[in-house]
Amino acid sequence: MGAIGATYVLLILFMLLADAAYMVTGETRHTISPEWTQDHPVLAKVVNSPIVAAMAKQEIRYSIVLSLISCTMTALLSLVVAIPVGYLLSRHRFFGRNLLDAILDIPIVLPPLVVGLSLLILFRYFPAAIREAVVYEIPAVILAQFAVACAFAVRTMRATFDQIDARREQVALTLGCSRVQAFGLVVLPESMRGVLTAGTLAWARALGEFGPLLIFAGATRNKTEVLSTTVFLELSIGNLEAAVAVSLIMVAAAVFVLIVARLWGTRSLTL
Amino acid sequence: MILVERLIVHAGSFRLENISFQVPEGGYAVLMGKTGCGKTTLLEAIAGLKAISHGRIVLDGSDVTRLKPAERNVGLVPQDAALFTTMSVRDHLAFALMIRKVPRAVIRRRVAELAEMLEIGHLLDRYPAGLSGGETQRVALGRALSFRPATLLLDEPLSALDDQTRDQMMGLLKRVQAETKVTTLHVTHNRREASRLANLLLELVDGRVEMSRSGSPVDARPTPAERQETRSH
Repeated sequence: MGAIGATYVLLILFMLLADAAYMVTGETRHTISPEWTQDHPVLAKVVNSPIVAAMAKQEIRYSIVLSLISCTMTALLSLVVAIPVGYLLSRHRFFGRNLLDAILDIPIVLPPLVVGLSLLILFRYFPAAIREAVVYEIPAVILAQFAVACAFAVRTMRATFDQIDARREQVALTLGCSRVQAFGLVVLPESMRGVLTAGTLAWARALGEFGPLLIFAGATRNKTEVLSTTVFLELSIGNLEAAVAVSLIMVAAAVFVLIVARLWGTRSLTL
Repeated sequence: MILVERLIVHAGSFRLENISFQVPEGGYAVLMGKTGCGKTTLLEAIAGLKAISHGRIVLDGSDVTRLKPAERNVGLVPQDAALFTTMSVRDHLAFALMIRKVPRAVIRRRVAELAEMLEIGHLLDRYPAGLSGGETQRVALGRALSFRPATLLLDEPLSALDDQTRDQMMGLLKRVQAETKVTTLHVTHNRREASRLANLLLELVDGRVEMSRSGSPVDARPTPAERQETRSH
């Protein structure tokens, strides 16, 4: 048992380690004169590193900015939906609850490509003006990320509310609260860690989203290119180093999110 | 006064049938019954937290059967106290008054008054996670009494306490009730608690409330043996 577990843990760590090692040992492109490189070997390693080279490309800087903005928007939108829906599922018994529960699982189990294709087909039925403003444009990036990420946020929020004793809201009601006040003043403050977990989880999901984006938003440089698309585009033109460099940027972002979720989020709910 | 007339409540697998009883103004009723016999459900119905199928509930002279929990003027201390984990003890005592938009100065005075009555002045800036069992129950009691409700509902408030703390809390409950004159319904399955606190003893048997001891109010004064016991602590 231990050996099986250890193998998996090593696999995860070595994967990341290999990326990092490739960055250091991979062939360096001398952007600066060879003499300078010889004089300052350590500095040269940094300056010539593929990450710096990647960051120097305007398209990649655009994709980093778009990724940060779209993931944050997706996380916020997901919370706006996940908090009320999670609360409804956790606290209320109503007709069709199981059906609603099952529907909310669809984005989790559906193959990502199918999500993208379904979005594309759905927008064929929209008026042309809306379709042109969304499909293959930035709104499509956010919508494609949101379609999947929100389902995870809903799960997390529901589990969060399940863990909060409903008795507290009941006491709040007897103390003079309306239902909205009981939720806003008692339940929501108690669920802040869950909200943070749900938000970071949605953010991380959005960052890794690729399939639906490719189909629904396209992969146009300086327009709908996000980090995962960048990896794909760089790979497709044979620029392995830039692809790995961008991957490492995503690893760093994911690790950061993991740390935030671990430190401030609810441990039992994290990722 | 608490008046319950022909109350019927359906709650999952069991039901409360045709419950009727009355607790006089300023009385201290103890409702006994086995675990799972519906005592908590009955309290919830009185507080307005559980829908009833039939019957009438009158609190402090007004029919509250159709009113929301917030409008019933009922203080509730649930079994596990259910304190708000994100609020300090001071916030707990101020909460109901804050909801009622009572002026700050008045809230501050009321919090000080409650803290003194319940001897929790030194805990005001603490949070529920750092409180002992007895302290937790005092805060829950303070929160329930903060808005001077006409009715106080206690759901096994002493069940999680050790013997010594329980005795102290019984003394406190008695004193607080004498001071505030709040009509109290206290649910327990502990006979000692009942005999020490009640001036009306009710028993929930097979979904019906019976006035036990042939329906006569129990003498509220402590027996000589009990007085002895209190002194020994």
